[in-house]
Amino acid sequence: MNWYDIIFYAFALLTIVSAVGVVFSRNIVYAAFSLLFAFFGVAALYVLLAADFIAITQILLYVGGILVLIVFGIMLTSRANSVEMKKGLLRIAPSVIVAGVIAGTLIGVLTTTKWPSAGTGPPEETAKPIGTLLMTNFVLPFELASILLLVALVGAVIIARREKERRA
Amino acid sequence: MSLHVGLYHFLVVSAILFSLGIYAVISRKNAIMVLMGIELILNAANINFIAFARFGIMNLSGQVVAVFVIILAAAEAAVLLAIVLNIYQQLNTVNVDEVDKLKN
Repeated sequence: MNWYDIIFYAFALLTIVSAVGVVFSRNIVYAAFSLLFAFFGVAALYVLLAADFIAITQILLYVGGILVLIVFGIMLTSRANSVEMKKGLLRIAPSVIVAGVIAGTLIGVLTTTKWPSAGTGPPEETAKPIGTLLMTNFVLPFELASILLLVALVGAVIIARREKERRA
Repeated sequence: MSLHVGLYHFLVVSAILFSLGIYAVISRKNAIMVLMGIELILNAANINFIAFARFGIMNLSGQVVAVFVIILAAAEAAVLLAIVLNIYQQLNTVNVDEVDKLKN
């Protein structure tokens, strides 16, 4: 057990406990706050995996973007003090079984397989090589992603506005 | 599987996150909770990609794929929340089991 291991276990615990909080929380606002810590934990795991650029992207986009969107969605859709979650569950037994089977299978397969390994060197800077890869090997997915973002943006605006205009 | 942190530890964490996300998607009624489950699933997939980029033979390609996953997650969250807002305006509910009308 060196420091790397201890930090890994701490952040893995934070991530999993927060994810459990998201999934089993009775109050949807608490679930959103747990999701915040889960995202931070995952970002820390990225740092431990020597992916500094992805970790920063994770914090900027997930915490700064997606989580804010989710909180807006919660505020705009949940009626005042009717954040009832007790009745907000359906099919508990089947979902426990399905999730348990998936977890067991995944963990079993992932831990018993002998993965090809290249060995790990010391962590290196990643932002520049990622930028180079995006402009060389991955230039087509990169352009497609930009088109997808444009379409999603326009589509989201149109979908969210449509009904209001019809009523007016 | 030893106590010393290696590839398998990250894979196990991601498998647990994935299963929790699946559980949220199946069991929750609220559409926004379903979205949170999907985000957990995407994060689990991302951990796998980056773990294999670090320990496996994927090199930096894994990290580039993770960037694309994050982009897709952002686009998907925006569209899904627009749909949820529209559903809420029309039907006054965001519970996925009550939304069973295609038109009026």
